[in-house]
Order: sequence, then structure tokens, then C-alpha cells
Amino acid sequence: MNKDEYQKLVKELSPKEPKLRNAFVAFLVGGLVGFIGEVIVNILMESFGLSRVDSYAWLAFILILFATFMTALGKFDNWVAKAKCGLIIPTTGFAHSVQSAAIDYKKDGLVTGIGANIFKLAGSVIIYGIISAFFLVLIKVMLYG
Amino acid sequence: MLYFKAFLFAGLVCLICQVVLDNTKLTPGHITSSVTVIGAILSFLGIYDKIVSMCGAGATVLIANFGHMLYSAGLAGYEEAGILGLFSNLLCSSGIAIVSVVVFSFVFTLLFKAKD
Repeated sequence: MNKDEYQKLVKELSPKEPKLRNAFVAFLVGGLVGFIGEVIVNILMESFGLSRVDSYAWLAFILILFATFMTALGKFDNWVAKAKCGLIIPTTGFAHSVQSAAIDYKKDGLVTGIGANIFKLAGSVIIYGIISAFFLVLIKVMLYG
Repeated sequence: MLYFKAFLFAGLVCLICQVVLDNTKLTPGHITSSVTVIGAILSFLGIYDKIVSMCGAGATVLIANFGHMLYSAGLAGYEEAGILGLFSNLLCSSGIAIVSVVVFSFVFTLLFKAKD
């Protein structure tokens, strides 16, 4: 069997992703996260008298606490497997990737395990966020003073 | 109405990302990094602020908001104290996300065991 035939066979035998269903579930779950976020923001503003900007910060905090806790309990992995981008694109995905990397490498010790691997997956988000924001600020300043 | 817009915007972004994920060879890591960079670019163009005021939490729950926070904090820092302000202020508002994620995941990692 040559390489092309093998590739063909792999393609035939690997399970097909239900793309339409995935997209619909991602839309529903992602939308629900946004909706619940808006509800939480309104509760924070009305009950605690916070400003809208502070409420957004608390919302990020709450989402991260929720996602890390559920990942540590082992429930969030199943949810992500079902909802995919619906939970990966919100801040919950960022928290999930940090928590799951930390708990997976716990056995390797505090420094070479948790310390070295905690940003294994989320590191690229932080790095490219900082790089893009830094150079965009420089461009903005150079162009518009 | 804001609730509906929050639902629609967050849902649509997730839907687009899911379609990209299913139809290309990109991994979730590529997608989240790209969405962060796109958030910073939209903030640079002045669009993300408008989206936030229009869709509320629907825009701030997304990882794109991370790029937006980095950019706006960096720009505010530059306007305040020049290039040094840019360096010292860049992580100012997104520090909440980074610090809380490290603190929580460290504590929970010590408390819980990995499940297979």
C-alpha cells in the first residue's frame, strides 16, 4: 500500500465530524455564556452598585473561578468536548487550558511540573496578545501622534 | 435588548470559530491566539469599544476582550508616561485574568487530583 492509498483509507475510516451540529452547539453555548455574563453584570451593577467597567472585571474573575473549579473537578473537559468553540472562545477556555495543563503535570513536581507547564497552552494567547497590542500601540502613536 | 445582542454576538463569534476549526487544520490554540490578536486589531481600529457598548458582556466574555484590554491599557499608559508607561501599563487591566487564573489553578491543582 503506498502513501496515497493509505491516506485515502485513513480518510474513509476516520469518523466524520458533524460540522453543522458542532456549529449550532457552539453558537448556542457561546451565546448562552454571553447572555449569562450580561445577567451577572446587571446583578452586580444593581445589587452591589458597581460601575459597568468594574462589573466586566468581576465577570471575568467569576468566569475564571468557575472554569478552573469545574476543570479541577474533571467536569469541564466533557463540556468542552461537547460544546467545543462555545466554551473555548470565551474566557472559560483560557482558564480551562491553564488549569488542565497544571493538573496534568502535577505529578512532575512543583517546579518542573506545574511551574514549567502551567502556561503550556495559554502561553501563546498571552504572548501574541502582548506582542500585537504592543506594536499596535506603537503604530497608533507613530501614525496619529 | 442588550441580553439578546450579547447572546447573538458571543454566539456568532463562537460559530465562526467552530466553522474555521472544523474546516481547517488549525488547532484550538491557533484559533484562540488569532481571536486575541483580532481583538487587539479591532481595538486599534476603534471598533471593539463600540462592540462592547453595543453588546455588553457578550463582547467582554470572549478571549478577544483580552487583546482589547491589553491594547487600551497600553495606549493609556503611553499617553500618561510615554514609552515607559506603555511597558509598565500594558498588563494593567488584563492582569485580573492572568493573576486570577494562576492563583486559582495553582490552589485547585494542589487540592485536586487529575482525573483520567
